[in-house]
Amino acid sequence: MNSLILRTAVPALAGLMLLFSIYVLLRGHNEPGGGFIGGLIGASAFAIYTIAEGLASARRALIVPPITIAGVGLFLAAISGIVSLLFGDAFLTGQWWFPAFNPDLKYFSSVVLFDIGVYLVVVGAISGIAFALEERE
Amino acid sequence: MLAATLAPFVLAVFAPFVRRRVGDSAGWALAVLPAALFIYFAQFLGPVASGETFIFSTEWVPALGIALSFYVDGLSLLFALLITFIGTFIVLYAGAYLKGHADLGRFFMFVLMFMGSMLGLVLADNVVTLFVFWELTSITSFLLIGFNHDKARSRRAALQALVVTGGGGLALLAGLLLMAQVGGSMELSTLLADGDVLREHPWYLAILVLVLAGAFTKSAQVPFHFWLPNAMEAPTPVSAYLHSATMVKAGVYLLARMNPGLGGTDIWQIILMSFGGATLLTGAILALRNTDLKLMLAQTTVASLGLLVFLIGIGEPLAIQAAMAYLFAHSMFKGALFMVAGSIDHGTGTRDVRRLSGLGRVMPFTAAAAGLAALSMSGLPPFFGFIAKEWVYKGTLDGSLPLLLTAVAITGNALMFAVAFLVGFKPFFGKPGDTPHKPHEGSVGLWIGALTLAALSLIFGLFSGLAETFFIGPAAVAVAGVPMVVDLYLWGGFKAPVVASIITVALGAFFFWQGARLSAFLARVVDALWGPDKGYDQFMDGLIGLARAVTNLFQTGHLRRYMLFTFLTLAAVLVLPQVMLGNGFVVKAPPIDLLVWAIGLLAFVGALAIPFTRSRLAAIMLMGVLGLSVAFVFLLFGAPDLAFTQLMVETLSVVILALVLARLPVFGTDWRGYPRFVRDALIAGAIGIAMATLLVSITSVPLDLTLSEFFSARSYTEAYGRNIVNVILVDFRALDTLGEIAVVAVAGVAVLCLLAFRHIDHDSEDKPEASS
Repeated sequence: MNSLILRTAVPALAGLMLLFSIYVLLRGHNEPGGGFIGGLIGASAFAIYTIAEGLASARRALIVPPITIAGVGLFLAAISGIVSLLFGDAFLTGQWWFPAFNPDLKYFSSVVLFDIGVYLVVVGAISGIAFALEERE
Repeated sequence: MLAATLAPFVLAVFAPFVRRRVGDSAGWALAVLPAALFIYFAQFLGPVASGETFIFSTEWVPALGIALSFYVDGLSLLFALLITFIGTFIVLYAGAYLKGHADLGRFFMFVLMFMGSMLGLVLADNVVTLFVFWELTSITSFLLIGFNHDKARSRRAALQALVVTGGGGLALLAGLLLMAQVGGSMELSTLLADGDVLREHPWYLAILVLVLAGAFTKSAQVPFHFWLPNAMEAPTPVSAYLHSATMVKAGVYLLARMNPGLGGTDIWQIILMSFGGATLLTGAILALRNTDLKLMLAQTTVASLGLLVFLIGIGEPLAIQAAMAYLFAHSMFKGALFMVAGSIDHGTGTRDVRRLSGLGRVMPFTAAAAGLAALSMSGLPPFFGFIAKEWVYKGTLDGSLPLLLTAVAITGNALMFAVAFLVGFKPFFGKPGDTPHKPHEGSVGLWIGALTLAALSLIFGLFSGLAETFFIGPAAVAVAGVPMVVDLYLWGGFKAPVVASIITVALGAFFFWQGARLSAFLARVVDALWGPDKGYDQFMDGLIGLARAVTNLFQTGHLRRYMLFTFLTLAAVLVLPQVMLGNGFVVKAPPIDLLVWAIGLLAFVGALAIPFTRSRLAAIMLMGVLGLSVAFVFLLFGAPDLAFTQLMVETLSVVILALVLARLPVFGTDWRGYPRFVRDALIAGAIGIAMATLLVSITSVPLDLTLSEFFSARSYTEAYGRNIVNVILVDFRALDTLGEIAVVAVAGVAVLCLLAFRHIDHDSEDKPEASS
């Protein structure tokens, strides 16, 4: 879309949205947020970037094809479940590691890995759809 | 026992590699396994002959009462020994018969898989295990019949066999499960120990019909007899093994096995005797009508299976002994004759009995095997076939309508007598005939099996005590379910059965003498008639036609049609239960809260305006208004996560819809005319109202808060998270979420594919030249 305002504002905006989406993803365990919502925000960031800057630069910005991101996300989520099997628990049972220097830091767990997987699937699938729709022959 | 049953499957996996390594003599290497299994099973002969039975059980799905349990008694042991003994020679025979064939390794694989399935079937004690192996025999039979898959006739025959036996298998599953339900056990040995429970239950008839449907389709009883001759498209080793000696007898095995539990009633006797008798006569007549060696043998197999069912139907001790004796004799002589037919085909290039003669001098071993087997099949002393036939007549004379039963048996046996001489003697005597190849004897593998089986027919005839003690006696006792005295002998004095045998031989000799003329006459009559084989084609055509008609009705290719059907279904699902069952609708006083009313009004107006706007862009905006109102509602009632998500989804929906609309005329309209407008409005209104009443009625009963309390109590203590919604998503119910994100990913891929296809169409049709 050929709009000067959009073209000027969007790179900064999209970057902020992406940052915010990661923040929402990580805080999701204790406050409103999580992988799904974060993923939607991330996908929106790529969507408006595409509208403003064109598909080619959006693809460059993302480096890998979006559907690959979705695939990696699904893989991570599945891996986070298999980790539990190694510890003798049922598939997808949460595994936690409390670092010695700060046992209150409850971020190192298979559950967070799972949430990151959800985030990547949503970002990848939705921005993949947006890219495909934006594509002109 | 489990290992013995599974061993053929394991070897099957390696069979193609063995073939590649060892070459065409792989048959000799692979035959070691069935031979070893035969020796393993032979160890049970002594204990089983003295009345012992064995149960081997391994847990499978204990929660459902499903176990891999196996039961060894006289009946299952007889079958297991036949399967492994004949199987050994079939593997040798196949190695010689298909020498140099590119897919010989695959053939060995299928045959071994079949052998394992058949062993599992006859040994199974648990009804589910029985069914699983039953289906495996159908599937491996399908693979073997369709081995020459580049021939359309083979493919048709394979599919036909699978449809018929697989359909019967489904009926059998239902019957077995009903039996288990009624008898309170999944184990046949328990169920059959107390048959009166089954026989006196109101479901008896249903069980009987379902089990018989399984047995009759498998054992090619009228009116399902048509698939067996068609299955002769398979290579001859398959015909010899599956379609004479083993698989087609699975139905007979099932009837024999069920006899203590389901047998003995009038309806059992009437059905088995009439279907068995009809099959006997049909098969015997059709055998004489054919001129192809294999088809003649196939039809006599149908006849023999009919005879076995007929004998089990009579149910008297002598008839059951006759069934077991005949089954034993048949496996040997028919297996041998099929291998002979294959050797003749291999040596001369034709199986047409009219062109074959004078082969005796060039194919001495094959001729010897053929002669011995044919004598046993025609029931002449001192072969075991004679004893079996004597017992058949003892059995029929012992039944409720002795003269009729004996007359049916005599007619069938006389026709088979004629066929036996046509197959076993005619090709080998007289002047050399005119055949495509110059006749020659095959390698050892081609005649060793036939000769061994044929020789055994003679040995067991001469030493009938052996067969009686180790095979027929224990098997008959297992079938009858009660102890009985079994005393087989070759000559019992000049009595009624001997008279019947003499009549059979006289009549059979007449049929043989008139063979060619009878055959031509029958061919004219039979070919003019409608038969179930044609019926099968008509049925399949009808099925495909119906499927096509239904598909054309629903799959129109118009998106609006699909949406119409989807929403009509949704409306029906929502409306009908509420109308039929009532919905417990309670009108409560509305909340007096200005904000709620304002948002409600916004949503209502937004929704109502959508159908009336004529601009697509406006419609999208109005959808957004609706979505945002819903997000507000979530926010008001303390669900920030939901509101958050709803907002994001709305935003992205607008973006994506805008991208889609960028390709359509944005200011175009979608006016659809008044009749469709009214119709669609009615459907939409019905869904909306039904959904609303449903929600109101759900919320008018007190909510069950157990789950909410569980999650709020455990969320932080066990999952270290305060955001309950997210903890549920990623921890408590992570498996659901994993499924959902998999759906999201697949949907993404699907959209990409759809859009990619659109490009292809676009490029090739609309724009012959590439542009911008």
